[in-house]
Amino acid sequence: MSKAKTINLTLKVWRQNGSSDIGHFETHQAKDISTDMSFLEMFDVINQQIIKLGGDPIAFDHDCREGICGMCSMTINGNPHGPDRDTATCQLHMRRFEDGETLVVEPFRARAFPVQKDLVVDRSGLDRIIAAGGFVSVSTGNARDANSIPVPKLDSDLAFDAAACIGCGACVAACKNASAMLFTGAKVSHLALLPQGAIEKDRRVLKMVAQMDKERFGSCSNTGACEAACPKGITLENMARMNRQYLAASVTSR
Amino acid sequence: MKLNSKVPKGPLEQKWESHKFQMKLVNPANKRKYKVIVVGTGLAGASAAAAMAELGFEVKAFTYHDSPRRAHSIAAQGGINAAKNYANDGDSVYRLFYDTIKGGDFRAREANVYRLAEVANAIIDQCVAQGVPFAREYGGLLDNRSFGGAQVSRTFYARGQTGQQLLLGAYQALMRQVGLGAVELYNRREMLELVVVDGAARGIVCRNLMTGAIESHAADAVILATGGYGNAFYLSTNAKACNATAIWKAYKKGAAFANPCFTQIHPTCIPVSGEHQSKLTLMSESLRNDGRVWVPKKAGDNRPPSQVPDEERDYYLERVYPSYGNLAPRDVSSRQAKFRVDEGRGVGESRMAVYLDFRDSLKRLGYSKITERYGNLFQMYEKITDENPYEVPMRIYPAVHYTMGGLWVDYNLMSTIPGLHVLGEANFSDHGANRLGASALMQGLADGYFIIPYTIADYLTSAKLPKVDTKHDAFRAAENDARTRMQKLLNVKGSRTVDEFHRALGLILWEYVGMSRNDAGLKKALVEIPKLREEFWRDVRVPGELNFLNPELEKASRVADYFELGELMARDALHRTESCGGHFREESQTPDNEAKRDDERFAYVAAWEYKGENKEPEMHKESLEFERIQLATRSYK
Repeated sequence: MSKAKTINLTLKVWRQNGSSDIGHFETHQAKDISTDMSFLEMFDVINQQIIKLGGDPIAFDHDCREGICGMCSMTINGNPHGPDRDTATCQLHMRRFEDGETLVVEPFRARAFPVQKDLVVDRSGLDRIIAAGGFVSVSTGNARDANSIPVPKLDSDLAFDAAACIGCGACVAACKNASAMLFTGAKVSHLALLPQGAIEKDRRVLKMVAQMDKERFGSCSNTGACEAACPKGITLENMARMNRQYLAASVTSR
Repeated sequence: MKLNSKVPKGPLEQKWESHKFQMKLVNPANKRKYKVIVVGTGLAGASAAAAMAELGFEVKAFTYHDSPRRAHSIAAQGGINAAKNYANDGDSVYRLFYDTIKGGDFRAREANVYRLAEVANAIIDQCVAQGVPFAREYGGLLDNRSFGGAQVSRTFYARGQTGQQLLLGAYQALMRQVGLGAVELYNRREMLELVVVDGAARGIVCRNLMTGAIESHAADAVILATGGYGNAFYLSTNAKACNATAIWKAYKKGAAFANPCFTQIHPTCIPVSGEHQSKLTLMSESLRNDGRVWVPKKAGDNRPPSQVPDEERDYYLERVYPSYGNLAPRDVSSRQAKFRVDEGRGVGESRMAVYLDFRDSLKRLGYSKITERYGNLFQMYEKITDENPYEVPMRIYPAVHYTMGGLWVDYNLMSTIPGLHVLGEANFSDHGANRLGASALMQGLADGYFIIPYTIADYLTSAKLPKVDTKHDAFRAAENDARTRMQKLLNVKGSRTVDEFHRALGLILWEYVGMSRNDAGLKKALVEIPKLREEFWRDVRVPGELNFLNPELEKASRVADYFELGELMARDALHRTESCGGHFREESQTPDNEAKRDDERFAYVAAWEYKGENKEPEMHKESLEFERIQLATRSYK
């Protein structure tokens, strides 16, 4: 049976009117919030109030609200996606918070993620890393029977674990250097672990890492903050795998 | 308007093969001279854009998201069908075809469905080659599971995230082409107008959602792969931004809209928890492989589920449909859940739910096997409801999930506007009046990877297309229409928010055009929707400005279209006095409450033609010719 109750919260929300604005925090009172609401539903309620009062609603990215599209991107009390492990903002529920708490809500902050408005940032750098090499070069129509190459279940499972990345960028926001190593390592691992992707693994890792640097993502200093913030439980092991591959590819590249 | 399905002659099994041979090709060197616009980058759009770019066409791809990877195909959980017969359980292309057309209650086009079943195997091959990590057995080969409406195991899956993995495969194929410069990607763009020149689709007008700028793009053909319109109901399993604007604008420019009343209510969703509810979350149909659906035998039984002994439980799907049991198709299962709730046997605080119970399979298979199959779904359920489904049965209830209706297309996937092609959920062609589980992913990728690359070439070489660029007057006029309409929404400056109107519209649609429909209710909807729409244009409050990021304006523009589309859905549902698939007319049912079709009068596709503002649309019929199969009463008993 439902254990829902209502709580009151104080929100300090980042407001920034475009990328050239300096930005500031704005305080809102969130009253009578049902603990069954998701964090984004609470933002819906606040925005409805702002609109009624003739104000400018808070812009934030969101879409599927099932934790899979990777669109939502809020830093709550300093944690990308908030306090729960393995949870995107849209799946964070208000029962996680106490009555009377103050929450500070900011965008995903990183040099490579310029703020567009309020909590909305530009994460297209991540797409360009994929475009640089995050694929198997196989054109439509020339695939052979799906069962012609057996893949050990363990490899397939590990590849899946890496492929579960939703590309939200929380790893970047959590990192003090705004590094995209976990994101890139996840894709490098996913494809290199499978025989279908292993063929071009050297070329892939070199290109993706080069693009990552070009996008001005920072370097990795192995603090592991990315892993702690990841809503899909992508592990540091993927970064280690990428580093090994990068070294091997650099040494053997012709 | 004339509807010509262009179904090729010849035996069913040879239609696509011979059609492919007869269609004209474009010389490789000439392909780059043709520009194609693809709107939408979900499974259908991304796969189409990638496949056409691989062939050499000049492709522009548009998405309203920041990245193509966010399209709502990503949320599909359960799997994708194919007729590989890896399970050695008697599957074949013909059986997949038959199950799909029967699942759609014989309201889909036979030749299209056969082609879908025919290319399904190649999709699995392609996806595996791209590195999609489908579930495997210890021997290294692919695993299968079963889905509703089928008695074979033909569904390929990647845990409970199959849509995500397939979309990432298509997205990566697309980004490879972006990296090669073969596709120009336009993100954060929403299509607001289709541009038609000399009767042919020649471009689009879109709004840059970041800057608010209204932009024109010209091409030789336009492809819409923009998904369905389930969000008209406000509460659905669709993502918040899913919308019908692109197909609706095309309808208003002359593309016929087929079977708008065919909407799918999915039986297993997490029930509504309160007023604040912003969307509904699906629990994959695959759960019905191992979960058993039940309600207490006694109405108003308040005991917690663990205290209801087995003999006092009604496993109603197993009771009513002994041969399919918990895997009865979606329309049937949804209706059964509604009947139980209507009888006062619903469970949970709201009494608007039924149980989906894993007790027996946990006992049989153990915790780790269940976690491997459904771990992410169980976790999602617990996050949302604060209940642990390993210990207490899930509470589920039907919710709007998918729309089988969409823009009418011929066998070549072209709409009634030459040059305008429509793929995936946005078209109407393959699922009839009800879609079977694991068929949407199959259709999206079939259309994108294996059908449109052939048929578009035939169109481009056959059509005589004069050179048109964005300097053409038609683009100025379309830009002007888009801008004026946006400004009009901003100028109302009323007192009610967009969400308030959308919720109110959703309630009307759910009540009268939802799971169960009748003459009086539909007529009521046709009065209430226009009334609410009039209030909307008089009293909506849209803050902000046109020339900057403005999410409320985006919503308002989409909701304005839902008012018109909602009315068309009710009109279509009113005219179709038979029941079929997901369209249940209370006046047309068998003594045991099953949908009763009327093949004499309704074995056709209803394609609606726009006739202008405040004018009644005109209905055209494409009669469904079944060359091979016999129309049968659909029974899962």
